[in-house]
Amino acid sequence: MNAFLESIGYNSWVLPALLLVPLVGAVLILILPSRAEPANGGVENPVVRQVAFWLFMIEFVVSLGLWWSYNPADNGWQAAIDMAWIPTWGVRFTLGIDGIALMMVLLTTFIMPLAVLGSWTSIRTKVRSYYALLLILTSGMLGVFLARDLFLFYVMWEVMLVPMYFIIGIWGGERRIYASLKFFIYTMLPSLLMLVAIIYLGLHVRSASGAPDFSYDHLLAVSTIPERTALWLFAAFFLAFAVKVPMFPFHTWLPDAHVEAPTAGSVILASIMLKMGTFGFLRFALPLFPGAAMNPTVRMVILVLAVIGIIYGALVAMVQPDFKKLVAYSSVSHLGFVMLGIFALTLQSVQGALMIMINHGISTGALFLLVGMIYERRHTRLIDAYGGIARVVPLFAAMLTFVSLSSIGLPGTNGFVGEFLVLLGAFKTYPVLALIATTGVIFAAAYLLWAIQRILFNPLDKRENTHIPDLNRRELALLVPLVAVIIWLGVYPAPVLRRMEASSQLLITRVQGRADVARVSEAGRP
Amino acid sequence: MTFDLSLPAQLSSALGPDLLLMGGSMLLLLWAGWRPESDEHQRSVGILSMALCIFTMVAVGYYAYTGYTATVGAIAVDNFRWVVDEILLIATLGTIAMSLDYNSREGITPGESHVLILLATSGMMILAAARDLIIVFLGIELMSIAIYVLVGLNRRRERSAEGAIKYFLLGAFSTAFLLYGIALVYGATGATNFSEIAANISKFHLEKSALLMVGVALLLVGFGFKVAAAPFHMWAPDVYEGAPTPITAYMAAAVKAAAFAAFFRLWLEAFPSLLTTWHNSVWWLAALTMVVGNLVALSQRNIKRLLAYSSIAHAGYILVALTVGTKLGSSAFMFYLFAYTMATLGSFAVIVALGNRGEDNMGVEEYAGLWNVRPGLAIAMAVFMLALLGFPIFGGIGFFAKWYVLQAALQAPYPQTRLAVLLVVTSVVSAGYYLYVVMVMFMKPRSAAAVLPARTDGFTRAVVWASAAVILIFGLFPDAIVAVTRRSAPSLSTDTAPQIRATPMPPSVTASRAEVVTLRSDSSLNGR
Repeated sequence: MNAFLESIGYNSWVLPALLLVPLVGAVLILILPSRAEPANGGVENPVVRQVAFWLFMIEFVVSLGLWWSYNPADNGWQAAIDMAWIPTWGVRFTLGIDGIALMMVLLTTFIMPLAVLGSWTSIRTKVRSYYALLLILTSGMLGVFLARDLFLFYVMWEVMLVPMYFIIGIWGGERRIYASLKFFIYTMLPSLLMLVAIIYLGLHVRSASGAPDFSYDHLLAVSTIPERTALWLFAAFFLAFAVKVPMFPFHTWLPDAHVEAPTAGSVILASIMLKMGTFGFLRFALPLFPGAAMNPTVRMVILVLAVIGIIYGALVAMVQPDFKKLVAYSSVSHLGFVMLGIFALTLQSVQGALMIMINHGISTGALFLLVGMIYERRHTRLIDAYGGIARVVPLFAAMLTFVSLSSIGLPGTNGFVGEFLVLLGAFKTYPVLALIATTGVIFAAAYLLWAIQRILFNPLDKRENTHIPDLNRRELALLVPLVAVIIWLGVYPAPVLRRMEASSQLLITRVQGRADVARVSEAGRP
Repeated sequence: MTFDLSLPAQLSSALGPDLLLMGGSMLLLLWAGWRPESDEHQRSVGILSMALCIFTMVAVGYYAYTGYTATVGAIAVDNFRWVVDEILLIATLGTIAMSLDYNSREGITPGESHVLILLATSGMMILAAARDLIIVFLGIELMSIAIYVLVGLNRRRERSAEGAIKYFLLGAFSTAFLLYGIALVYGATGATNFSEIAANISKFHLEKSALLMVGVALLLVGFGFKVAAAPFHMWAPDVYEGAPTPITAYMAAAVKAAAFAAFFRLWLEAFPSLLTTWHNSVWWLAALTMVVGNLVALSQRNIKRLLAYSSIAHAGYILVALTVGTKLGSSAFMFYLFAYTMATLGSFAVIVALGNRGEDNMGVEEYAGLWNVRPGLAIAMAVFMLALLGFPIFGGIGFFAKWYVLQAALQAPYPQTRLAVLLVVTSVVSAGYYLYVVMVMFMKPRSAAAVLPARTDGFTRAVVWASAAVILIFGLFPDAIVAVTRRSAPSLSTDTAPQIRATPMPPSVTASRAEVVTLRSDSSLNGR
């Protein structure tokens, strides 16, 4: 495989190609002829969704080569690209991939075709714009994972926002306008504060080396930021990422956005866009400001917020009457584990956090898809409206049960590996918090199993539920890959872990090393 | 070559593009009066005016390309002037193009209206060149008198007449402030020429002169009126709403640009040593303007009033660049002006395209479901709104404009961190109303009673698409414009850092920090 990839010069073009394919695809879709009359079950322009699906498949195949071409032993940038963009401002178009970004990229390209299949019949109007927006969104998301220049990163970070705003606002549920605006404003305010911090950093490097510079590597090499300033800068980055994660007090946009978004929107939000926040911590907030992030008070506050998020998310999920909202709140809980793992900062906990990021993307994505499927049939998401439908839709019931078990973290599924690693790692540095967080796992079992019981297994007492059609072939086809990945990662996660290990280790030594330097220099000052 | 401005012949060569525009306008005025009023005649005058505009742009480009300079005198010959001229002419071109279609629709037949726009523009070009307070006054008057008439052009409409009266009264009032300020500055320094003022201030140690302070304050008030900075903005919403839409675009883009250009040159060339004195007042002016403009815009439901308040907010952002008071601030200002002009022209062109005769459908809600019936216009308008919001890629150049201002603010001799943070926070507030327009167009259903907007006329459509294209293309590759603005600070301005060390610091800044940053900005500018 590697020989083949080398023979086509894969590493030299793959990253720009990943950003370009969706953009070209979006243009392609927009110039497809529009056919006004609805055909094929009320979906206008059914060709468009097929074109979109195959475009995403191409994107997936292109990205898949990275799995082999990536060298797990090397902890530097791979497949790197460096081009001039705005020379006068010292902004460069630089891309690169490390172990962490690799998994996020693969997760994105894996989820996107499934999201298209999930929208197959539920998006009936304005399909061209819808799929074009999905494609542009993909470019933006991949750009965030690949950017090595803070300016470029910021641009990509904001680019994601507009397509998602339109996807929620145009194809969303009843309160879509409120939800989309809330999503936009919540994300934009801290992002702009982060922008100020980025400019400050860029100018700071400029003073040291004489030229303006937003390059990530150069920023890492500079360690002359005064402690107090670093705290403010870290706060700006922290807010931007914490809203995206979302951490406990900043999470209120999430239930609205997830519930009102169309199925594919929820899937992308949960599977990929939430990971932007935790990815941001790993890539930017921690390595750039290790002194501030490892400040005992700051660290404790963040960890406590993470643990509150775990418990709070689980408890609120338990009382939701709406199944989609339940899944949305479960994200708050899961992402709390990720934050715990990141800030506990041991190799296990960071690796575990990365595993949860992947697993949550798979399992929660699958849950949202399943919710979407049943909603298309019954047009309600209320748990109480169902009951005993396992007898009517056995395939659906099997899938839902299996995915829920993986989300709970049953051993043998992917969910178990991540949470276990996080708790194991966190126990070494923060035993009490790890202990409290463990109860979150129990709550997770409680809210999901209880919901499943009420939906699938109680007596079949409502007449509307007796004639629901079971999953069709398209829906099965999109769930099977998810299930396969769930089992694979649960049984044999080693290949994934191996690819992320060098990068995680580098992160930890970098953060701890630089935090120590910062502490020493601080102590040495009169 | 270098023009010797003391020789009349060379002075007129230095004023070449301005004289070309003025002389051409005179001829067009004759042509406009030659034939009886009719729509065809109005259109022919309009098209000739656009041609004249393009000729002038070429002339300005030629002057900029040859790199003429001039001795210190009443007018400046530098890149600052040429770049501002080009921006003004772009705005003029767009305005006349829109006016052609607008006048046809509204039944405004005098062809002279286009010529008036050209005359106002020549006043603005004088403003961009002015290096003497008397010339500043001349330019402002030439510009304002033409615009008083233009605002009231649609005299059959009550709103238009009201706007004209309001603008005339308040304009006269603000001119009085300006004139009084000029008189006091002359009284204090004995000069009206910018460079002489600067020289005399340092020669006679007038930094603390009360007379000069009052004069500067009155100048500030006068300019504050012209650029509609809070608290001198009260006239703007009514006038913007009442004026014919193309003229509103013209006021929001060109008038503001010209007044700001004169403002910048005056502040950077005449009063550099007063930086610490006027700095605080401009700081507060900027902060107040950003807050007031953005907050009040949130509650507007009329699209023209909404954009009026948005333009007030943008005046605040530009004032941030002025507060910085360096060459970099001036470059940022220039870039911002360009981006803002394109987005403003575009958005008003969309409004012209969607208006009906009499313009009684200016509520934002009238645009509900626009995407379903006129997808092109809706997408273009979304681009303009995002550009004004300062959003990357989708808002194109608008983001880079804000970025540049922020960068200038943080790179100033003493970094304006607080103002930068206020800028981004108010930008988030502005998302509330820009996205409201986008939301209405894309997410609200079209009401059953709504009539289909007529097909957009050719010239208006051209303005819409040209602005959108410029915004998006330069939004991907802004380097060309950045490089131009980099070279176009007012030629006599110096970076004010040396004086700062001599004068006391504002309380928020410690001396050592300012010095460090000063050294940095010095070395970086030399490197360019």
